[in-house]
Amino acid sequence: MTGSPVLEVRRLTKLFDQVVAARDIDVTIATEEVVSIIGANGAGKTTFVNLVTGYTHPSGGSIRFRGQELVGLPPREITRLGVCRSFQVPQVFSTMSVLENLMIAHGLSDRGRGAGLSALASRDRVEACAELLSVYRIEAYRDRPAALVPQGVRKLLDIAMATAREATLLFLDEPTSGIATEEKFAVMDIVMAALAERKATVVFIEHDIDIVERYGRRVLAFHEGGILADGPAADVLGDARVREHVTGRRRA
Amino acid sequence: MATLAFIVADGVIYASWLFIVAVGMTLVYGVMRILNVAHGSLYALGAYTAATMVGVWFQRGYAPLGSFALLLVAALLVGVVMGLILELGLLQFLHGRDEVVVVLATYATFLILEDVIQLIWGVEARPAPQPYSLLGTTSVGPLLLNNYDLALIALALLVGGVGWWALTRTIAGKLLLAVIFDREMAEACGINVRRVFLVTFLIGSVLGALGGASTAPMISVSRGLGVDVIVLAFAVVVIGGLGSIPGALLGAAVIGLSRAAAVHLLPQAEVFAIYLIMTLVLIVRPYGLLGHERLRKV
Amino acid sequence: MPARDRTGAALAGAFVVFVAAGFFLPSWAVSLVILSLARGIVALGLVVQFRSGLVSFGQALFFAIGGYAVGLAGLKLRLTDMIVLTVIGVAAATLLGAGLGFLMRRYREIFFAMLSLGFSMLFYGLLVKTETLGSTDGFNVPTPTIFGARLSALATRTLLYDLTVAAAAGAALGIHWYLGTILGRLDTALRDNEVRVEYLGYAPGRVIHVQYVLGAALAGGAGALTAMAVGHIDPSMAYWTTSGELVFVTILSGTGSVLAPFLGSLVFGLLQTYALQYAPSVWQMILGVALLAIILRLPGGLWSALERNRARA
Repeated sequence: MTGSPVLEVRRLTKLFDQVVAARDIDVTIATEEVVSIIGANGAGKTTFVNLVTGYTHPSGGSIRFRGQELVGLPPREITRLGVCRSFQVPQVFSTMSVLENLMIAHGLSDRGRGAGLSALASRDRVEACAELLSVYRIEAYRDRPAALVPQGVRKLLDIAMATAREATLLFLDEPTSGIATEEKFAVMDIVMAALAERKATVVFIEHDIDIVERYGRRVLAFHEGGILADGPAADVLGDARVREHVTGRRRA
Repeated sequence: MATLAFIVADGVIYASWLFIVAVGMTLVYGVMRILNVAHGSLYALGAYTAATMVGVWFQRGYAPLGSFALLLVAALLVGVVMGLILELGLLQFLHGRDEVVVVLATYATFLILEDVIQLIWGVEARPAPQPYSLLGTTSVGPLLLNNYDLALIALALLVGGVGWWALTRTIAGKLLLAVIFDREMAEACGINVRRVFLVTFLIGSVLGALGGASTAPMISVSRGLGVDVIVLAFAVVVIGGLGSIPGALLGAAVIGLSRAAAVHLLPQAEVFAIYLIMTLVLIVRPYGLLGHERLRKV
Repeated sequence: MPARDRTGAALAGAFVVFVAAGFFLPSWAVSLVILSLARGIVALGLVVQFRSGLVSFGQALFFAIGGYAVGLAGLKLRLTDMIVLTVIGVAAATLLGAGLGFLMRRYREIFFAMLSLGFSMLFYGLLVKTETLGSTDGFNVPTPTIFGARLSALATRTLLYDLTVAAAAGAALGIHWYLGTILGRLDTALRDNEVRVEYLGYAPGRVIHVQYVLGAALAGGAGALTAMAVGHIDPSMAYWTTSGELVFVTILSGTGSVLAPFLGSLVFGLLQTYALQYAPSVWQMILGVALLAIILRLPGGLWSALERNRARA
């Protein structure tokens, strides 16, 4: 573990009637770690992120972020504490322009009580957001309504909005899904570089094992609501049980 | 004790009237997700048409009891004609648009029809009291009940009963229920939703007109009839649950009895009581006492 | 930004034109403008809510509160200063709006509309049966004064007119500024994606609450001005048909600019005056047809037609 714990999850459980979506999950994540979550569809990866970020309430267990209990808080409180997320299906403001989307995210990250009443399109903000757009290489779309840009651009916008705030812990749900294969590495390079500079802790869900191998230093393998394996990427990906339930057997 | 009897009697009669008026509106909402403000106009048209026909009937000196059949004829006529005009002439172009926008369109239709009614029938009242006194009266303890009122209660029960039986025991009814629960799924199963819509709307319109026609002999058929009725029907439907027919019965009963209680015990609260209940229900159970939450598709 | 400057300049220009016109217009026109601008103020509040996809079918509640606050203040507290009375109207409505807002902020779409209707009809029910307030007849409002002086009827009317124009311009300017802030822009964001707003750290309910209070304040002020202009208040100010008329004006106007509701309201007022004079029996029909035409053909309202013409020019 590289530093002090940022996220401590203990005995986290979630039941939807009879379906066990999360089974006694125990995990500790330290500062500036880069963790990758893998698992088959329905294994509980997104449920885990939903539980930590407050979208659903757990049936039992605790989630501590820098010592503070998150269970019971609404998502907006959790966001304000410094836990941000991007979504599998990009959640953007469809009728507003790409730049405006980012400006709203940026504007809402201002602390201070009267912040809501400051101008949206102040020069500083426009500059900062245009800058952020170019970091993510989507500045060409800045004035297009978010509903009318390519899926990959929308995905990057979603991630950019999640990172507009100075987040301590960032969850990225399938950041490269919807992006063409040849561009996946390029996109992840951009995202990871931007986040490393911020000294953020990153947890990303991924199906593409090449991405996992390249960017995830630690891997959590989920299976049927529980954690099957947890450790350095090489170890977990080589684990026989993980090969059987998640990644499949590698060609020799 | 006598007061209680009066309250119950008044309440049940009023509730029967409310139910007949409101059940069509809730049915249409349940199936088509359309909150039809023009339902009030259907009520008014039913009342005016019935009043006119009854007036002519008695003028010509035909058999008095035949006037009852006239009331039903008026309702059918108005319901079918107006139902076809509204659904085919307007509503079918609005399917799929935002619910609130459709409500505004029906509100616009209501405004138009209000003036149409005035243009046809003028501003004076059209009384048609003759059928009301035809059936005589019944004595029950301290109460002297007009048998027409009792017939109205019977009509409400009939509508409710037939409606329940048709929905739950016939295939056509089950088709309707399927569309109520999940329109897309119903369509995917091969149900002709467009036809279901049309039939439902016609039934709803006939019921609205029936509300007007059946009460024409007991009220003052005059300008502005639809305006007051629609907001009452609305309260019934909201309390019972949008789209729920047993809900309409419950809502009508609740409003009918509370209004009767208010009239006899605290007259200043008459109008207030109705909307207080409606508001409380919306706050505590927004989907109504018997309605259910529609699952949001994520 | 050029667009903002244009609105500010347009407002300033309109203010000057209207105030000047007040000295030349015949008295029926002055009354028409007062009532139309007041209605436009209410519609402005509805426009803001409309941008979030919310329609209030009960705005008449706050309109009536403003009117009755004026009436009661005149009757019980002997207050007649027109500026004081307007402030009282705004304050009363704002207080109620802030309170009810805690409830309303949890509702959306048709439920928001229904609950707002419920509250307004509740108030109507209260008014209509209260003997001390005149029941269905209502009561008269004493002639307003200004800074303690009671002036001639003409002067009073002109001052009330000026006050209304100032209030309208002020409201438009205020809302225009508000819509340029983060909170103001959140209304459209809310309509597009409420989940995202929550996940960016802001309570969606708070946006709705603020909008609701703004709408209440505007409606209350407008109700006060209307009560003073008409000289009489009665429960119909709270009836659902009044709310319906206000919603109609909002749809007619479109949401494209803070100037739109005033334009729409003036058009409505003119239409109403001429229709009631020459074709009273088809007035509602005209309204209904116009509303349908807007819904089916011009969903952005009159303002969008204006913008299209300007773009073509």
